[in-house]
Amino acid sequence: MTVAVFFGCTFIAFGPAVALFVFTIARDPLRVIFLIAGAFFWLVSLLLSSLVWFITVQISNKNSATQQTGLLIFGVVLSVLLQETFRYGYYRLLKKANEGLLALSQEDTMPISIRQLAYVSGLGFGFMSGAFSVVNILSDSLGPGTVGIHGDSQHYFISSAFMTLAIILLHMFWGVVFFESCERQRWWALGAVVLSHLVVSCVTFVNPHYQGSLIPTYIILSVMAAWAYLCAGGSLRNLKLCLTCKDKDFLLANHRPR
Amino acid sequence: MNTSDSEEDSYNERSALVQCESPTIPSYNQDHDVSLPQQTDTKRRRPVSSGLDEPGPVERERASTPDGEEEELTLKYGAKHVIMLFIPVTLCMVVVVATIKSVSFYTEKSSQRLIYTPFEEDPNSVGQRLLNSFLNTIVMISVIVFMTIILVVLYKYRCYKVIHGWLILSSLMLLFWFSFMYLGEVFKTYNVAMDYPTLVMIIWNFGVVGMICIHWKGPLRLQQAYLIVISALMALIFIKYLPEWSAWVILGAISIYDLIAVLCPKGPLRMLVETAQERNEPIFPALIYSSAMVWMVGMADSSNPGSADGRLRNEGGARAQEEEESEDDVAHGGRRRYSAEEDLEEDRGVKLGLGDFIFYSVLVGKAAATGGDWNTTLACFVAILIGLCLTLLLLAIFKKALPALPISITFGLVFYFSTDNLVRPFMDSLASHQYYI
Repeated sequence: MTVAVFFGCTFIAFGPAVALFVFTIARDPLRVIFLIAGAFFWLVSLLLSSLVWFITVQISNKNSATQQTGLLIFGVVLSVLLQETFRYGYYRLLKKANEGLLALSQEDTMPISIRQLAYVSGLGFGFMSGAFSVVNILSDSLGPGTVGIHGDSQHYFISSAFMTLAIILLHMFWGVVFFESCERQRWWALGAVVLSHLVVSCVTFVNPHYQGSLIPTYIILSVMAAWAYLCAGGSLRNLKLCLTCKDKDFLLANHRPR
Repeated sequence: MNTSDSEEDSYNERSALVQCESPTIPSYNQDHDVSLPQQTDTKRRRPVSSGLDEPGPVERERASTPDGEEEELTLKYGAKHVIMLFIPVTLCMVVVVATIKSVSFYTEKSSQRLIYTPFEEDPNSVGQRLLNSFLNTIVMISVIVFMTIILVVLYKYRCYKVIHGWLILSSLMLLFWFSFMYLGEVFKTYNVAMDYPTLVMIIWNFGVVGMICIHWKGPLRLQQAYLIVISALMALIFIKYLPEWSAWVILGAISIYDLIAVLCPKGPLRMLVETAQERNEPIFPALIYSSAMVWMVGMADSSNPGSADGRLRNEGGARAQEEEESEDDVAHGGRRRYSAEEDLEEDRGVKLGLGDFIFYSVLVGKAAATGGDWNTTLACFVAILIGLCLTLLLLAIFKKALPALPISITFGLVFYFSTDNLVRPFMDSLASHQYYI
């Protein structure tokens, strides 16, 4: 507990995401707006799924623990499906808006490309999802207490932080792959994204056996990272050029000598 | 309120241009329509006017490009203006939430109430409580309407000295008395030992610099910081002294009133603005947050907003002042108009009335104060920002003056109640089992 745990877990959970925000999004107002709009869409999806869950709980037997857990699992699955539905809805909205703007402007280029929108909206979803998952836990970690005093796991905070980190990054990758597959009409890829989201959420049902949940999550995270990289136009060749500082386009754009 | 002469001249040339083209804007509808011809005019005149420092290429582009690039620039400028409002609104909310969470004074219920909410809320009877909160709201809204009418009357009969005195008195009270109270509570919370001479010096400097920045001249960032601070202070007072349910009903009622007052032809605010425009003069000193980027006259002029745009906003903030004066803080819905005239780099930025800041912060602060759940606070925050974004979008579409409160407050209220009652139990259950969605 206390400040060390608080700061440690906060930086673990939000560090990469905030770094991404600061270095790639904060400068461009249009991206910030779409990020916040993405967060809003995630929020609405959560609201709807909570509403359904709440109703089912009210009409159920409140004393039966198994029933409540079952309802919670149902709530999780429903929430995942709704999130992906809203992601699709956001995609359609962005396409319409972009088309509208393009028609208005009679230009060939849009101010923001659909790929950037995919990245930004994925990160928006991720931020909101991560924040809602972990902020209350973080604020509790500031105060006094002993973790796991009743026999629960002692690694509650740090595992939550790592899980949140994975979820935020996953949302970003899912966003990129999702939009790309919608653009290319590759429905199997869409299904794969939804399926991987379901797998990640369902794998958390084995908590507190963290080895059973964190490891598969991080494996899926690396797979999705590679997939998103390929969708965004990356390749092994690009990677090599970037790492050896021989990528001419990038150097030119940043006015650096080779 | 007076700029230095040389700057004034060059500014006046442009503002004279602006006003010549559209000196009296009798109704809100025409604002943006009228501003368009003047844009082309200023575009033509720009190469001629001296002392202007716009990048040439952009300007020429503007003059020659068809709507295409202009639309793209519009979008980029529009987005920039949205962000220029997001940042101060976020800062104000952060200050309020941080204070609420750390200084317990503002969440302690005292038996003291403002005279504007005379009916006590009895926690035992739901019906009675509801009734009393509605009555409180009616009292508060009628006070606001009454004060606005007095303001309009004073303005119509040119009692400027009274108005200025009133405004100065209220900002004096905010900058000295409320900040003294705030500082005292912060010291109590953190158990800081402070002697009176040091405190007097701090408060004195803070207050005097604030008065100078807000009512006269000062660096733009400092002025913006002071406006954010006084909005936060006012919001905190509201959060403390408004009874629970009354606060929510008042928030709802204020946004309805805002909607009516700005869009109806006979609203007092509309009359105020029209009078000001007929007389071709700025309304009141800055109680409008201005995010102007490059003022031609440099940052030191805080009264530049007193042009066609500043009016709407100013008077909104002015209302905040009248009320604070009576030690209560009947803030009101600020009027706001989006002035993204892309006069290129000289875009005056966007202006938002302080009343809007105050009510947004009241909503988020109350969300943070009740329950201690961070999810609710976050949800309200995002909802308000999206509402602001939508308002600006509507403004760009309709090109008509729109009130800033209704959409944001509606979203905020909806999200507050639904997150508090529906999402909170769901997320709590998930967190206790460590399930992730």
